[in-house]
Amino acid sequence: MVRFLVTRLAGMVGVLFLVVLFTYAIFFALSPDPAVQICGKNCTPELIDQIRTNLGLDRPFYEQFLGFLSGLFVGTTYGTGANAIDCAAPCLGYSFQTGQPVLEMFEQRFGVSATLAVGAAVLWLLMGVAGGMLAAIKKGTWFDRAATGAALGGVSIPNYVLALVLQYVLVVKLGWLPFPQAVPFGADPGQWFLNFVMPWLVLAFTYASMYQRLTRANVLDTLDENFVRTARAKGLAPRLVWRRHALRPALTPVVTLFGMDFAGLLGGAIIIETVFGLNGVGKMASDSITKNDQPVIMGVTLVAAFLVIVGNVIVDIVYTTIDPRVRIGARA
Amino acid sequence: MTISMTTLEAETGGAPSVGVAPPAPRQGVWHHLLRSRGAVLALSYIALVALLAVAAPLVVKLSGWGPYDFDQAAIDPNLGGLPVGPLGGISAEHWFGVEPGTGRDLFARIVYGARTSMLIALAATTLTTLLGVLFGLLAGYHGGKVDQVVSRVMDFLMAFPALIFMIAILSALPASNRAPLLVLVISVFGWPYLARVVRGQTMTLTQREFVEAARASGASGWRIVFLEILPNLRSTIIVMTTLAVPGYIGTEAGLSFLGVGVVPPTPSWGQMIAQSMGWYAVDPMYFLIPGTFLFLLVLSFTVLGDRLKDVVDAGERR
Amino acid sequence: MSALLEVEDLTITFRTAQGPVDVVDRLSFTLERGASLGIVGESGSGKSMTSLAVMGLLPPTASLTGRVSLDGAELTALPESKVRRLRGDRMAMIFQDPLSSLNPYYTVGMQIEEAYRAHRPGVTRRQARKVAVESMERVHIADAARRVDHYPHQFSGGMRQRVMIAMALSTEPDLLIADEPTTALDVTVQAQILDLLQEVRRETGTALILISHDLAVVSEIAEDVVVMRHGVAVEQAPAERLFSDPRHPYTRALLDAVPRIDDEIGELRGIDSLDSAAGVGGKA
Repeated sequence: MVRFLVTRLAGMVGVLFLVVLFTYAIFFALSPDPAVQICGKNCTPELIDQIRTNLGLDRPFYEQFLGFLSGLFVGTTYGTGANAIDCAAPCLGYSFQTGQPVLEMFEQRFGVSATLAVGAAVLWLLMGVAGGMLAAIKKGTWFDRAATGAALGGVSIPNYVLALVLQYVLVVKLGWLPFPQAVPFGADPGQWFLNFVMPWLVLAFTYASMYQRLTRANVLDTLDENFVRTARAKGLAPRLVWRRHALRPALTPVVTLFGMDFAGLLGGAIIIETVFGLNGVGKMASDSITKNDQPVIMGVTLVAAFLVIVGNVIVDIVYTTIDPRVRIGARA
Repeated sequence: MTISMTTLEAETGGAPSVGVAPPAPRQGVWHHLLRSRGAVLALSYIALVALLAVAAPLVVKLSGWGPYDFDQAAIDPNLGGLPVGPLGGISAEHWFGVEPGTGRDLFARIVYGARTSMLIALAATTLTTLLGVLFGLLAGYHGGKVDQVVSRVMDFLMAFPALIFMIAILSALPASNRAPLLVLVISVFGWPYLARVVRGQTMTLTQREFVEAARASGASGWRIVFLEILPNLRSTIIVMTTLAVPGYIGTEAGLSFLGVGVVPPTPSWGQMIAQSMGWYAVDPMYFLIPGTFLFLLVLSFTVLGDRLKDVVDAGERR
Repeated sequence: MSALLEVEDLTITFRTAQGPVDVVDRLSFTLERGASLGIVGESGSGKSMTSLAVMGLLPPTASLTGRVSLDGAELTALPESKVRRLRGDRMAMIFQDPLSSLNPYYTVGMQIEEAYRAHRPGVTRRQARKVAVESMERVHIADAARRVDHYPHQFSGGMRQRVMIAMALSTEPDLLIADEPTTALDVTVQAQILDLLQEVRRETGTALILISHDLAVVSEIAEDVVVMRHGVAVEQAPAERLFSDPRHPYTRALLDAVPRIDDEIGELRGIDSLDSAAGVGGKA
């Protein structure tokens, strides 16, 4: 068990390092010269050279990469003298376009993304997992057919299309909901809810559909397992057969998927935030793409990778408590 | 991430347990598939879109407007460039109406957009399948060190937040020639899902008598892999590939929607929907038309994949 | 007193796309208390479906006619909730593949306790646990007090089948049905499990139905044998008579496939058991 954890955590650090290296290398090789961007109008070649030296952009790749790495742990300073910019640890980079450290920008917008993710997750677990279980129990009935059909539609409709349809109908035509804005919960809980409910629904619908399909298929597969037959042969009450023997194995893969999806969403729901204009991490990423603000794109990529990888490890650890085959090696 | 690669995994999570059984005869699969109404409808729609894509220049000649022709007469400059007439300017002249602001013919852009979507999805599917099968066979047949290296790489790629990374890479790359880059990026992150299944089944098959027999008779490794093992994986590969296609179509559209995919003026459905965002309140047809086409295409591939999986699974049980 | 189990004109029909198919056709046999019966036949001969029908575990696509009565109670006429109370209590069953038949998520002790408590309402966990340990000891699982908290994957194939038998015995049933109990096991272990079944029957007085494709296995234990083919009982006789004087050509063919009945059980079954083991491995 301890060894398992150590291996997993070491693996996580390794993957994180590779992600940072990969991302940094790609941006190093591909991104337009930040010196030119900073220089702006009235630029001279001398000025560009000066900025380059100042920021260390003339140094070789490995030196810059090490500089970035150390910035993550101890912080860094861009430039020298009066124009020096401090970026405290963990320094994810600095946006010369907005004049803010990337981490600060991230922190300001994380709340919106987290609100979106949590609200949507509650909805999709309710709709997807419960819906999938019910559909499996009532296999072949009208409920199963309706739920399965809806899920099929749900996995097929791109969520930005669904978002536009809902926004057109509910906001423009019927006027039932406001144009979504990130109203803080503390300011007005009612408005907060009304503003977030549509983004939640749209985001949740796609996931709920995936989870419905997965849950239903898993439950049906599990019901075919021999150990379910054994449980019935023991004369267990159907309720117990279901709860103990069918649901637990069937829902284990759902837990895995949920951990990864949820962690991914915390790193920003790019499309939904962009469509609804909600100022979360995802919107920040897509804005930075439009403005070609590379440090921000890289920062968001790294944080998203970090969240997903940490999510993976948490899932693995949770798994050990769910599945004894992972917790305890073969044959004692 | 809304189109994370985990979508793919979820869809293929109940991967067909093929490979241990002999492949179902082709004819049987077709026969059973054509008996399902859903599959027939899905196939018909896919065929229609494929036809539009292939014959785009001809179709556009028929409809009268090319994808890059501006029809100033179809938009009303006094209304900020809104299409003239109801329903986004649908008329005998412009079958699906016109793009607000520019007056470009929507039908032509849909037809050419089908070209982009199908081409990218097809190319990504081909490349992903090639990579997935190759690495899956390699790791499964050789085992040992080769397997360890391949498996590590797969773990790494699958643990990666693929969508955001794709966006990051594509945004950093030059905008010219985005299509091949899209294909490359989608495939690099897509192959492990197929490879993992192929690897597992190859491992099982490698232990089977007929492989042992081939080895005993002195067949070379390549011969065994391609003549003995690969044919047994046929149904698995077909099913998994079909189920993966909608993911690629959706990813392409999503990336184009975000502005890191296909670059204007080349039309793509995702990009059309992105452009329609500024007009959705006044001209809903502008997003409804490409949205519906995209939805139906993804739906068709999903239905087809589902049915194919059912047929193949049932074939094994028989 | 009536016989323990009476099966009369049992017919099991499956609804298929090609129309109804009879997998068992007018099968009749009786089993006295403490007696043992072997049912032999190839796969698809209907032997497993017969046992599932007795247990009331037929899949929903199957329907049956005829009579199945246990200790005078007509099972086919009872509502499911009543049959459920008999199932696992008066009659118990063990299956071919002990690994997939045990739930990987729970300790074997919990799974045995569960079987016991399902039929002994009001029993405490402590008491049920004691029964579980005793049952495991009875099937000769060494160190049962400790092993009771282990998970199925921590046991070997033969040990898992012992766990299954312990589970079945925990309620001291009148009837134990063993469906191919040794097929998925190594040849060396097969004999041990057969010995165990024999011993259990002697000591507890439970009646036994042993189902196998292998006449050699059945001959070890069964007093009476039913030979089934394509859902029909082609021959029914006391084991001794069947072996000395097989009347049906099919029985003779089966007998010819068994070289020596006494010792070397399973030599010829090498390939069979390999196959089923591989099939199981592939699924798990």
